[in-house]
Amino acid sequence: MGQLNRSLGNVFKYASLILGACVAILPILVVFFAAFKTGTEYSNTGPLTPPSDWTNIANFKRAFSEGNMLMGFKNTVIILVISIIGTTLVGSMVAFVLNRFKFRGSKLILGAFLLATLIPGVTTQVATFQIVNNLGLFNTMWAAVVLYLGTDIIAVYIFLQFMESISVSLDESAMLDGASYFRIYRSIVLPLLKPAIVTVIIVKGVNVYNDFYTPFLYMPKSDLHVISTALFKFKGPYGSEWEIICAGIMIAIIPTLIAFLALQKYIYNGFAAGSVK
Amino acid sequence: MFRFPDISYRNQRKIIIAAFLIVPMALLITFSFLPVANMIWYSFTDWNGFSEKEFIWIENYRTVFTDPEYFRVFTVSLYYFVGTFVQMAIALYFATILSFKVRLKNFFKGVLFFPYLLNGVAIGFMFLFFFRPDGALDTVLSAIGLGNFTQLWLGNPDLINISLAGTSVWRYMGFNFIIFLGAISSIPGDVYEASEIDGANRWHQFRYIILPSIKIIVSLNLILAISGALSAFEIPYIMTGGANGSMTFVIQTVDTAFKYGKIGLGSAMAVILLIIVVIVTVIQKKFFGEDD
Repeated sequence: MGQLNRSLGNVFKYASLILGACVAILPILVVFFAAFKTGTEYSNTGPLTPPSDWTNIANFKRAFSEGNMLMGFKNTVIILVISIIGTTLVGSMVAFVLNRFKFRGSKLILGAFLLATLIPGVTTQVATFQIVNNLGLFNTMWAAVVLYLGTDIIAVYIFLQFMESISVSLDESAMLDGASYFRIYRSIVLPLLKPAIVTVIIVKGVNVYNDFYTPFLYMPKSDLHVISTALFKFKGPYGSEWEIICAGIMIAIIPTLIAFLALQKYIYNGFAAGSVK
Repeated sequence: MFRFPDISYRNQRKIIIAAFLIVPMALLITFSFLPVANMIWYSFTDWNGFSEKEFIWIENYRTVFTDPEYFRVFTVSLYYFVGTFVQMAIALYFATILSFKVRLKNFFKGVLFFPYLLNGVAIGFMFLFFFRPDGALDTVLSAIGLGNFTQLWLGNPDLINISLAGTSVWRYMGFNFIIFLGAISSIPGDVYEASEIDGANRWHQFRYIILPSIKIIVSLNLILAISGALSAFEIPYIMTGGANGSMTFVIQTVDTAFKYGKIGLGSAMAVILLIIVVIVTVIQKKFFGEDD
């Protein structure tokens, strides 16, 4: 009886896992199929039918060139790199100062950074827009960069947690050798923060790559499009040419897939570490 | 020559505190706190972006709470709220079974988590495609003999919010899953072994070992679901733009401010949302804070 229960349990377990995997994969798979179909093939075959010619990359070519996706990738990469370097510097500097020095107002500053992570970004845009506009940053890449640096400062929190594990005695022995505080930050703390930096790169990288609203609102100019906004533009002109839109979707998610397969372990750990607010 | 290391540590300390905090603080104040302060101020005015700001007291707030057009959208949040519960239950189920010995564990883990990493616009378009008449969903339903159940998933106002909330569940489930999986894996393995000797089955292990040890993280996520449901924006905005009864509170706020130029009224709506989120967070901190 127990044996039977066990194997029934096993059947149910694997059945549910397979069902879950199918639900996760199916919406992506049908898009993948459609991306390789010709226009007539798309209208004459069902969504679950694989394309007849897997080497038909005409849709990808059209999506890539007409959809301005090269520009999108270029802008995304620039914003991504500046934001990640900036976030790492801002986060690690703040964490260094707040962890190593206790001074009047340090608690207040810490509180301010943590409080800022609670403000739901999308709603304050109503007022943020006026500020960005008054600073003359509207329709420049800097709008996205300063917003990624100045809001949702989860990096500070991740670095602060990690700083706890870097012993102060390392600082003290460096001070005996006459190292300045700047040197301690640069040559001791920053290198030891490497695992936290990996976490920040992953969490922030995913957020920036996938962000839609900031570039949509602040960078409407077409040569400032990032991947999200370039893809969003497909909605109008290709309304009925789903095979082109599907190719665009695949182009947007392939970098994510590659990054995921290459960095799986770090990504799991990164989100687990980054989530504990 | 004047060199930084020659300054006394006392003075170095002051310099480094100032130098390391000035840019981050300036960014934080300008882009996180100033907007909130301005928003509160705008919410008491009738500003349209160009006019003089005239102070109109709580007129905007009264509009939001009395005009059914603005108030109705709160009910749409309920779909996302229920969706979050479903999402959490699925995540907890998969996290539990994948904590034990399973074939192809890494494959299932990866597949279930991967949607969370995808670009929001890509997901939105993917599901517009998925829900199309005679699209993937209808085809699958026909293939398994449920052809009668095919619907206008995004065309039927009674169904649209369920379809959109379902898309949200698909997108965010992996996040809860990976958090729960991490929490469960921190339970030491010998606890299970000991319980097995005492004759516990899987359900007992879930009920008496796993659930109590991750209770806090589950309740924390459930509470966050309230603010998450109220802030639902990206998926419905990308997929429908709020048409056909799928307007959410945030889409309404953004449209009011940017599309119709009622910045004062939009600000009032944003302030209301902010207050709800802050209250939820305070409750969460109060009840679960000390256990973190």
